[in-house]
Amino acid sequence: MTDVLLAPLSRSRAEGVAALHGAIARRRAMVLLAGSLGLVASLVLDVATGPAFLSPADVVRSLAGTAGERSVDAIVWSIRLPVAFVALVVGAALGLSGAIMQTILNNPLASSYTLGVSAGAGFGAALVIVIGVALPVPEAYAVPVMAFLFAGLACAGVYAIGQTRDASPEMLVLGGIALLFLFQALLSLLQFVASPEALQQIVFWLFGSLQKATWGKLAIIALVLVACVPCLMRDAWRLTALKLGDERARGLGVDVRRLRLRCFGLVSALTGVAVAFVGTIGFVGLVAPHVARMLVGEDQRSFLPASALFGALLLSLASIASKTVLPGAIVPIGIVTSLVGVPFFVWLTVSCRRAFW
Amino acid sequence: MKVAISQLAVRYGATQVIDGLDLSAGPGEILAVLGPNGSGKSSLVKAVAGLVPYAGSITFDGEARRPGRIGYMPQDIGARAALTVLETVLLGRLGRLGLRVGEADLAAVDAVLSELGLHRLAARYLGELSGGQRQLVFLAQALAAEPRLLMLDEPISALDVRHQLEVLEIVRRLTIARRLTTLVVLHDLNMAARFADAVAVICNGRLARFGAPADVIDERMLAQVFGVEASVALAGDGRPNVTPLRASRR
Repeated sequence: MTDVLLAPLSRSRAEGVAALHGAIARRRAMVLLAGSLGLVASLVLDVATGPAFLSPADVVRSLAGTAGERSVDAIVWSIRLPVAFVALVVGAALGLSGAIMQTILNNPLASSYTLGVSAGAGFGAALVIVIGVALPVPEAYAVPVMAFLFAGLACAGVYAIGQTRDASPEMLVLGGIALLFLFQALLSLLQFVASPEALQQIVFWLFGSLQKATWGKLAIIALVLVACVPCLMRDAWRLTALKLGDERARGLGVDVRRLRLRCFGLVSALTGVAVAFVGTIGFVGLVAPHVARMLVGEDQRSFLPASALFGALLLSLASIASKTVLPGAIVPIGIVTSLVGVPFFVWLTVSCRRAFW
Repeated sequence: MKVAISQLAVRYGATQVIDGLDLSAGPGEILAVLGPNGSGKSSLVKAVAGLVPYAGSITFDGEARRPGRIGYMPQDIGARAALTVLETVLLGRLGRLGLRVGEADLAAVDAVLSELGLHRLAARYLGELSGGQRQLVFLAQALAAEPRLLMLDEPISALDVRHQLEVLEIVRRLTIARRLTTLVVLHDLNMAARFADAVAVICNGRLARFGAPADVIDERMLAQVFGVEASVALAGDGRPNVTPLRASRR
C-alpha cells in the first residue's frame, strides 16, 4: 500500500520517522525556550511595576547584586520579588492542574475552577473566616490550610461521584459541576450569615490577591509544584494514551482507574496549595492548557511543561496588568485574570485549528 | 500462540452478553468473528484482551496469564486528541517508551508506517484525517506493539473496498509471517470468507457456528443467524461467496 487514501504530502518518505520525531521535538523545545524567555522578561517587568517606579535595569542590577541602592534592593527583594515569584509558581500550578484535568477528563472545559475544586477551597477559607474553625496551625495559616483541605475534599468528591456508575469522564465532569454549585451555594450561605467584617474578608479572599506573598509561602507552593512534576512526567505516555479514550488506553495497557486516582491527588495538591495562599484565580487553569495545546499538541511530555510555563506567564502578565490598569491601585489578580481571560479564551476557541478539539 | 476460550460468559450489569462460549485460535491463523449487531462480538474480543470482567477461562499457550505483547484495535475510531500520527502509532509501544524515545521504538514505528503506507501522514494531527485514515493509523498502532496476539474490532468498517482488501492482505501476510494469532471482528461475510482460516458466528451471545469458512458460511446459517435470504456459491479456491438477496422474516 503506497498511496494511502491519497493524502496530500506533508513529509517526504526519505526523511524517516527518526528525523521527523527529532524535528517535532526541536520545534517544541523552541516553543518552551521562547516561553521561558518571555517568562524571564515578564518577571523583570512585574518586579519593576508598582507604586515606586523602578526601571527594568534597576531590577536586573538588584537581582545581580549590583544595585547599589538599599531602597531598591529592599523593594525588589522584600516586597516585589516574592509576589512576582508567587505569580509564577501559582500560575504554573494552576496551568498544570488544568492540563491534568483536561487530559484525564478528556474535556477542554475542565479545570479546577470550572469543576468546583477552587469553589471548595473558597468555602473552606470562608468557613475559617466566619466560624473560626480551630486548627492546630498558626492563625495566619488557618485560612490556607482549610482552603487546601477543602480543595482536596472537593477533588475527592468529584472522584467519588465519578466512580458511582461507569467511572466515565462524563460522570466525573457532572460530579464536578454538581460540586461547583454545591460549594457556591454553601459559600453564599456563609456570606449571608457573616458579619460585615467577615463578609469583606471573604470577598477579598475570593477576589484572589498576590500581595500577601512571602518567601515562606513561595517555598511551600514551589515545593509542592516541584514534588508533583516528576510524578506527572512518569505518567506522561500513559496520560497521552488516555487522550485517545478510556477503552483504547486500557487496550494499550493503562490502568485507567489508578491513573485517574493518582492524577486527582496531584490536582488536589496543586490547586489546593495554589489557591490556599492567593485565593481563587479563574481562567489560568482553563486557558494555559489551551495555549499549550495550540503550540505543542498533546504529547504530554511537552504539553504538561508547556501548560505550566504558559500558566506562569499568564499569571505574571496578569500581575503586571493588575498594577497598571488603575493608576495608584492594585486590582485583585482574580478579577484581572477573568476580565482578560474571557475574551482571550473566546479568541482562542474560535481561532484554534479544528483538529485540536 | 494458542488461544483457548472455554465456557466464556460476559455480563454487563443484568445483561448477559456472552454465555457459555467455546473457541480456539492458533498461531499463524486468522479467526474471523461474525454475527449480527449486538450479538457479543466486541465483548468477546474485549474479554480476550482482558478489558472486561468475565467468567470461564481464556488461556494463552495453556497459561491463564495474558501475554505482554497484545495488539488491540477497538471499534471506535473517534479520538479528540491533538496528537500526530507518529505519536499515536508510538503509543502502540507504550510499555517500552521512556521520556526519551529510543531508536528501536522509532524503527518499529517506521516499519509499520511503511507497511501501511502511512509515512506521508506521520506529521499530521489525528483531527486532520478522514475516518478511513484514522482506522489505518489505529491499525498501525496495534501492529507497532509487535504483538503475538492481534485483535481487531471491525478494522475495515470505514475503508473503501480497495483499502479493505489491502488491509486484510497485510493482516494475513503478517499473521503468517510473524505467526500471529489474529482475531478479527468483521461484518463483511465475503471478506471473512476470503481472508479467515476459521470463522466463529455468534448469535445472542452464544456460538452459533465455528469452523472453516466453507463449512460455516452457508444459506442456512445466514437465514438463521442474520435473517437474510442469500445465495452462497463456492469460488474457485473453495471459499464461499455470499450474495445477499433479501431480509427474511425471523
